[in-house]
Amino acid sequence: MAYSDKVIDHYTNPRNVGTLDKAKNNVGTGLVGAPECGDVMRLQIEVDENQVITDAKFKTFGCGSAIASSSLATEWLKGKTVDEALAIDNMAIVEELALPPVKIHCSVLAEDAIKTAINDYRVKNGLPELEMPKSHH
Amino acid sequence: MLTLPIYLDNNATTPLDPRVLEAMMPYMTNMFGNAASRNHAFGWQAEEAVDYARDQIASLINCSPKEIIFTSGATESDNLAIKGVFEMYASKGNHIITATTEHKAVLDTCKHIEKIGGKVTYLQVNDKGLIDLKELEEAITDKTILISIMFANNEIGVIQPVREISAIAKKHGILFFTDATQAVGKIPVDVEADGIDLMAFSAHKMYGPKGVGALYVRRKNPRVKVTAQMDGGGHERGMRSGTLNVPGIVGLGKAAEIAKQDMESDTKRIAAMRDRLERELTTIEESYINGSTEHRLPHVSNISFKYVEGEGLMMGVKDLAVSSGSACTSASLEPSYVLKALGLSDDLAHSSLRFGLSRFTTDEEIDFAIGHVKEAVAKLRDLSPLWEMFKEGIDLNSIEWAEH
Repeated sequence: MAYSDKVIDHYTNPRNVGTLDKAKNNVGTGLVGAPECGDVMRLQIEVDENQVITDAKFKTFGCGSAIASSSLATEWLKGKTVDEALAIDNMAIVEELALPPVKIHCSVLAEDAIKTAINDYRVKNGLPELEMPKSHH
Repeated sequence: MLTLPIYLDNNATTPLDPRVLEAMMPYMTNMFGNAASRNHAFGWQAEEAVDYARDQIASLINCSPKEIIFTSGATESDNLAIKGVFEMYASKGNHIITATTEHKAVLDTCKHIEKIGGKVTYLQVNDKGLIDLKELEEAITDKTILISIMFANNEIGVIQPVREISAIAKKHGILFFTDATQAVGKIPVDVEADGIDLMAFSAHKMYGPKGVGALYVRRKNPRVKVTAQMDGGGHERGMRSGTLNVPGIVGLGKAAEIAKQDMESDTKRIAAMRDRLERELTTIEESYINGSTEHRLPHVSNISFKYVEGEGLMMGVKDLAVSSGSACTSASLEPSYVLKALGLSDDLAHSSLRFGLSRFTTDEEIDFAIGHVKEAVAKLRDLSPLWEMFKEGIDLNSIEWAEH
C-alpha cells in the first residue's frame, strides 16, 4: 500500500510512545479495538488542574495507519484542554495523514480512543460520563 | 554488496534462471514457428523443441512424454483436471473430496463444481496442516470420482502424505489429482511411485517463465481422460486447444532439466539457510512456526510473531519481500484461511510472515533478514499494548474488547 510520507514518518518515528500510571486520578486511559480485528489502541492523557492535557502517551498494536493515527493524536492532545480535545474529529486525522479510504477505520479508532480516555478521566473525577458516539461506520 | 529489498517470496514466484532464458531466446525470435504447422521447417523446428521439453519434464516426474498436457499455468491445470474429470466421469458419480487448505485455484473450482450439481467434501487438517487419512477414507462414497489433495502447501510448505492418499484412492477405484505446483522441481515427485493420476504444476515456481504450466494425465493403469475446457484446434491430444507457447514450453523443459540435475545440491544448501533463519527467528520470544516442520518443503518457513500485527510488521520489514498471513486491506480483516485451518487464532494468523527461499538466495541475505526481522519485531512490541499486557502477566482473553 502506498502510504503518505506523514504516515511513514509517524510509523518510523512514533511520538509519545509509552505508559502513564493509570491508577492516578488525573490520568485517563482509553483502550479500544480488539486483537482479532488486528487493531488495539491505548491512549492516555494526563490532565492538570486547569483541565489542560499536559502529557499524552500511546501504545498501538496495528498497521502503519493505526500507529500513525495514534501517534498524531498524542501530538494534537498535548496542550489542549479536555474540551478542545473532545472536538478532535477523525476526519481531521484522515486529512492530516492522507489516509486511504480503507484506512479510515484507524482514524475512527483514534477518535474513539481519545473520547474513551477523556471519559475515563471524567468518571475518575466524578464528572458525568459522556455519551460515546456509536460506531461511525 | 546486498541489493535491497531482498526477495524471499519464492512461493509466489521465482526469478527466471538465466540458463532457462538462454534456452528460450531463439524461440522468441528466429525460431518462431507454430508447433502445429506440419508443412514447413519452422513448424517442425517448433514441434521438435516442444517434444524435447516434454522429454525433459517427463524425466523430472517419471512419466511418459505423452502424458504431459501444456497449459497456461497451474490455475488452468487445476481447472482442467477437476472440471475435466467431473464432466468426463459424470456417469460414474459427482462427488469430489478435497481439503480446506488447498489453493484457491482448486477451492474455487470445487465451488464451481457445487454450483453445477456436484458434491464436494472439504477435509479439515490438523494443527500441523495435515489431512487425516481415516477421515479421507470415511468421506468416500459410491459417487466419489476424484480425490484432489495438494502435494505441498503454498503458505506453510507442508507436504501431504501423497502415497498413502493415492493408495486409498486406488483401493476404491477413484482418481487422484494433486496440485503439485509448489513441489515439482523442489522435491522428488514421481508420478509412478507416488501413484498420481493427474498433477498440476507450473514453470514460474521452478525458475521458469510465467504463463506456462502443465497437467500430467495418466495414460495407463488407469487410462485417464479429461473433457476439454476450451474448444478449438484439438491440440494436446484434444484436451487443451490453443497454439502452444513454444518459448514458454522450452523454458519449462529447461527448468525441469535443471531442477532434476540441481535438486539435491540446491535442497541441501537452501534447507540449511532456511533452518538457520528459522533457528534465529524462533529465538524471538513468543514466536511460532506454523505447520509441520517434519513434512515440509525445504525452502519454506511460516512464522507467527505474537503481539505484533501483520501489516505493521510488513511495513517494518520493508527491505524484505515476504508475504504475510494478514490481508489488512480493508476494515474487515481476513487472516489467511490456511493458518486459520491449522487452528491459529485470528491475531496469531495476522502476525505471520512467510519466507520462501530460492536457489539464488545467499547467506548474506539470510543474515540481513534475521537482523531486520528481529529489529522490526522488537520495535513493534515496544509499541504494542498487547505485548506490555503480556509482560505484566495479564490474560488478554480476560479483557472485554471494545467492538469495532
